[in-house]
Amino acid sequence: MKFFKTLGTKPWLHDGDVGAVAVDYSGPHIDAASRIALRFILVVVSVIFFLFIITFLARSQYPDFEALSGAPWQPFTDPSRLWINTALLALASAAMQLGVSGARQGKLNMTVTGISSAVCFTVLFIVAQLDLWMHLQSMGFYINSNPANSYFYMLTAIHGLHIMGGLIVLTNVVFRVWYDNSPESLGAPLQLCTTYWHFLLGVWLVLFALLTSRPETINALAAMCGF
Amino acid sequence: MQNVAIADQTVELHDPQTFITKYVWSQDHKVIAIQYSLTAIFVGLVALVLSGLMRLQLGFPDTFDFITPSSYLQFVTMHGMIMVVYLLTALLLGGFGNYMIPLMIGARDMVFPFMNMLSFWVYLLSVIVLMASFFVPGGPTGAGWTLYPPQAILEGTPGSDWGIILMLVSLAIFIVAFTMGGLNYVTTVIQARTHGMTMMRMPLTIWGIFTATILGLLAFPALLVSAIMMLFDKILGTSFFMPALVSLGENLDYSGGSPVLFQHLFWFFGHPEVYIVALPAFGMVSDVLATHARKNIFGYRMMVWAIVGIGGLSFVVWAHHMYVSGMHPAFGFFFATTTLIIAVPTAIKVYNWVLTLYRGNIQLTVPMLFAIGFIFTFTHGGLTGLFLGNVTIDLPLSDTYFVVAHFHMVMGVSPVMVLFAAVYHWYPLFTGRMFNEKLGKAHFWLTFLGAYAVYLPMHYIGLLGVPRRYFAMGTTDFIPESAFTLNASITVSALIVGLSQLIFLYNLFWSLRYGKPAGHNPWGATSLEWQTPDVPPHHGNWGKELPVVYRWAYDYGVPGVEQDFIPQNHPVTDAEHTAGEPEGSKA
Amino acid sequence: MNLVISLVLLVVGSLLFHWLSPWQLTPLASNWGAIDTTIDITLVITGVVFVAVNLFMAYAIFRYRFNSARKSHYEPENKKLEVWLTAITAVGVIGMLAPGLVVWADFVDPPDDAHEVEIVGAQWQWHYRLPGDDGVLGEVDARYIGPDNPFGMSPNDDAGLDDVLITSNELHLPIDKPVKALLRSKDVLHDFAVPQFRVKMDLVPGTVTYVWFTPTRTGKFDILCMELCGIAHYTMRGYVVVDTDEDFDDWLGQQQTWQDIQSEGPGDLVAGKAAYGVCSACHGQQGEGNFALNAPALAGLPAWYTSRELNYYKAGIRGAHEKDTYGKQMAPMANTLVDDAAVRDVAAYLESLPTVNLESTIAGDASKGASHYVTCGACHGAQAQGRYALQAPRLAGQSDWYLKRQLKSFRLGIRGAHKQDAYGHQMVLMARSLQNEQSIDDLLAYVNTL
Repeated sequence: MKFFKTLGTKPWLHDGDVGAVAVDYSGPHIDAASRIALRFILVVVSVIFFLFIITFLARSQYPDFEALSGAPWQPFTDPSRLWINTALLALASAAMQLGVSGARQGKLNMTVTGISSAVCFTVLFIVAQLDLWMHLQSMGFYINSNPANSYFYMLTAIHGLHIMGGLIVLTNVVFRVWYDNSPESLGAPLQLCTTYWHFLLGVWLVLFALLTSRPETINALAAMCGF
Repeated sequence: MQNVAIADQTVELHDPQTFITKYVWSQDHKVIAIQYSLTAIFVGLVALVLSGLMRLQLGFPDTFDFITPSSYLQFVTMHGMIMVVYLLTALLLGGFGNYMIPLMIGARDMVFPFMNMLSFWVYLLSVIVLMASFFVPGGPTGAGWTLYPPQAILEGTPGSDWGIILMLVSLAIFIVAFTMGGLNYVTTVIQARTHGMTMMRMPLTIWGIFTATILGLLAFPALLVSAIMMLFDKILGTSFFMPALVSLGENLDYSGGSPVLFQHLFWFFGHPEVYIVALPAFGMVSDVLATHARKNIFGYRMMVWAIVGIGGLSFVVWAHHMYVSGMHPAFGFFFATTTLIIAVPTAIKVYNWVLTLYRGNIQLTVPMLFAIGFIFTFTHGGLTGLFLGNVTIDLPLSDTYFVVAHFHMVMGVSPVMVLFAAVYHWYPLFTGRMFNEKLGKAHFWLTFLGAYAVYLPMHYIGLLGVPRRYFAMGTTDFIPESAFTLNASITVSALIVGLSQLIFLYNLFWSLRYGKPAGHNPWGATSLEWQTPDVPPHHGNWGKELPVVYRWAYDYGVPGVEQDFIPQNHPVTDAEHTAGEPEGSKA
Repeated sequence: MNLVISLVLLVVGSLLFHWLSPWQLTPLASNWGAIDTTIDITLVITGVVFVAVNLFMAYAIFRYRFNSARKSHYEPENKKLEVWLTAITAVGVIGMLAPGLVVWADFVDPPDDAHEVEIVGAQWQWHYRLPGDDGVLGEVDARYIGPDNPFGMSPNDDAGLDDVLITSNELHLPIDKPVKALLRSKDVLHDFAVPQFRVKMDLVPGTVTYVWFTPTRTGKFDILCMELCGIAHYTMRGYVVVDTDEDFDDWLGQQQTWQDIQSEGPGDLVAGKAAYGVCSACHGQQGEGNFALNAPALAGLPAWYTSRELNYYKAGIRGAHEKDTYGKQMAPMANTLVDDAAVRDVAAYLESLPTVNLESTIAGDASKGASHYVTCGACHGAQAQGRYALQAPRLAGQSDWYLKRQLKSFRLGIRGAHKQDAYGHQMVLMARSLQNEQSIDDLLAYVNTL
């Protein structure tokens, strides 16, 4: 609502709230700016996945769509493998959080432990996802044999790419701090990376829920969206 | 010049030392802006030549041996895609956005200069990938700029092997570049405004660019998603958009996909894209008009609301491009209504531009000529949009030359008129020199009158029912012979307009060397970019101290003050206070 | 001053152009007069705004031209004026939108008594299907589409047996009867558009769309594809012929049903050989052709092509143009084949003959020809092998002098100009992209290498 109030001001008047000197100036502080930028990144990525999901729901209403769960021969009727992968990503997220608290409290050991185990768990998650692809292939669930399969491969691939992008940024942050020998400046950027990790965990949970849904659930969701 | 010392820096500015860091790997927003602009102008010229070739074929069919039905479609596609995405989006946001945002809001640079630099180089990569498609076997894609599946990836379309893949990959790369740039623009506007620069004191240029960037950040993902899914269909054989079909006699392995789903995604991007181009143009033209009419922009608040409102509405009108696409016809009611609602804020903008001229003190400089030319062409193009947006009238007119004429008027000629106005207006700032006025005026008259001679008659060819994207019309029962003569005359006008752009390019480079030195603020403008200590502004823009802003960007002709303009960084004086507020503003 | 004058002149000029222009909507031939009315309403409203805004602007530019002794009027906003302008605009918008929505409500709701016709689009042809006596269109599916079943008729649905299948590009409709056209595409997006009917709709593969109209005027109207569908998009033409009821029934009686088509046996080779005796005088014992007699090679030509062309000769669709010297020789010869069966027999016999190797008679630059051939290959195939689905004959192995003469004839409209020669018409448009003799020679030199 503040935005609407701002839009209502009359900038040509020199009296009242809009004084001669700034009211909302906070300076181009890099951490604050990075937080805003991250928020926009999260919005953009959310839009991407949102649109994928919308197309998924639309596509699911065509007769050739066979959900990956719900029947005994479907791979995710028993989603235990996915739970393992989820656990890996959750551990990575938690480790990132540990790293942040370490950096905040100035405990270098804790930070290093947090970041390195986060990287390990994240890489393990990607490997586990790749292994899952192999497993599906060996069971005959190829990418082009059904749109549900196509979506599974595509969405996990896009999600994985975002994780790898995160790893690149994280590496960059860590090396810059190491290079400058300024561990105290790690807190803020690491916090941003952690937020990104949590966000991707959230995205993964949504994808997980969607991709392992039974046909009835998918149809109900699609009906809610008007397809 | 009122400046106060502010400890504003948490990021140090490293002044570049070598030629490479200064002009190639530069992190200075002004250099990046010029890099963006030159690249965009280069691809734009390629697209201009393509349009010339298309016009030759349309005006004089059965004459040119080197234009074949396949290459014609390739020209159409590349012309459209380059002009909309790689020229207009890149030039307006990457070029003008980059240059203007920090200067107009009183910042030293973008908040993430490195990412800004990266944005340009990734954009350049996308352009190179796009241009590469001219040299691969089969040539660039000829699927039309909308790239509708199934035909975009099937054999009966030119460039369906490599061309379409390169196009989609190039678009994906472009979107990455745009996102990096866009994050910078919005963050800078939100976070790096100087003392006193409240949101409502920003010039409309910044409002236009800011809103357009947000639209871009939200809309380009839809293009990315559709590009990825189409790449999967093409390369991996999935069936997202591909139904069971028989292509050129062969039963293909696709089944069940929905071509209309692609169209929804494409236009969910495609319609906001229109405003991604239009809103910065709206903003810039407002500033040019106010400066050269020596009058405050009329109804500033309404103008801001209109920009924000148009931006918001642009996400709920996309299917007006799809009235005859075979989607559920009931959608027509909703989308026709939203589309015509958007006409209201747009009309208000036109009224306010004209009312800015009314009771002004109008200097008919070259930028002003182009700005007024814009009002004329935009009014015309906007009004024909009311035909096409109204679902019933779209039935006879969609996919005819009426559509081509409409969107070229509103999205081609109009933004380009603003771009010329903006280049002439800010040329003294970019280079420190004035352009040659005689050449500028010649350029205006040829472009303005020529463009109208191209597009006004084209509407009538569309009324006749001549379809777009036809290599040749051949013989029909309903098209009179005179329509072919009209087409030839359109081609002649188009070639004249195309060639007259050489005057502009010549002027651009001639004045760089021989133009009169411009000095500070040659137009007597109020906004902040003209108040820099150096012209053109140096790295860091503001010398030692950032400017402080005391007023909005439109204090022209303020009562009680001798000078007819007061720059934004001049404190409020007693004289103007006692002069009292004008009537109406208290309401 | 120049600017003021030219703005006024542009406004006046635009109005004059509009009133004097001979280029307007084509005369209406359907029930959709309401669409034209909506256009007129919109034209008036937008025209008034166009004139008012621009003349006011011209006045303002003239009246408030620069004067260094004067200052502009300081007025940040004028709420009352802006509210008024908004309100007036809103009224104008409603004035345009309301009639539009009313007509659209009519458009989305076909009348119950509308009779159904299916319009099938494929690259780059129009075909049609009428429901036959039972009034029901049989089931179809893309899976069933093949050389013997171009419509993809389901073998499991008997309702399809009496469907009338029309593989010509000409559709007949009775006057004053509402039609609900069901639109189906076999491959990519197309768009069924008849300018005189005003309405149009895309054909989307994988689904069936519809459009409805009532023809109100007899005559022959062009069908144009209005959604880009590939290289030969601009040649995808057809005709709607609006008939009186009697004419329509006559026409319908001459069409074949799916059952008729299925019951046609293959051609009889023995009978075909006998009938070919007459032809062999010119075309040679083995169908190898004869340059001196201007008779092209026929051996190995696909039967569908030979029979199509023979039927065209017989019906005066080919070989009737006054400048078509050799075609005029051929037409009476084709008439010696008395019925459809005889045509099929000869065609089947010719297909059974082994292709002969012919010497090339044309010198050209094959590498230049290759770039021209890109367009041709879309239909005739990358190896010039011909494609049944596109009704494009094999070019490889055909006498190059014959191909050259045909290309020239197409260019000049000596062949292919007849309205019922759908594929010939496509070739007329295509051949015109070859501008000179050299290009034709280059092209054929390339075809000779295939």
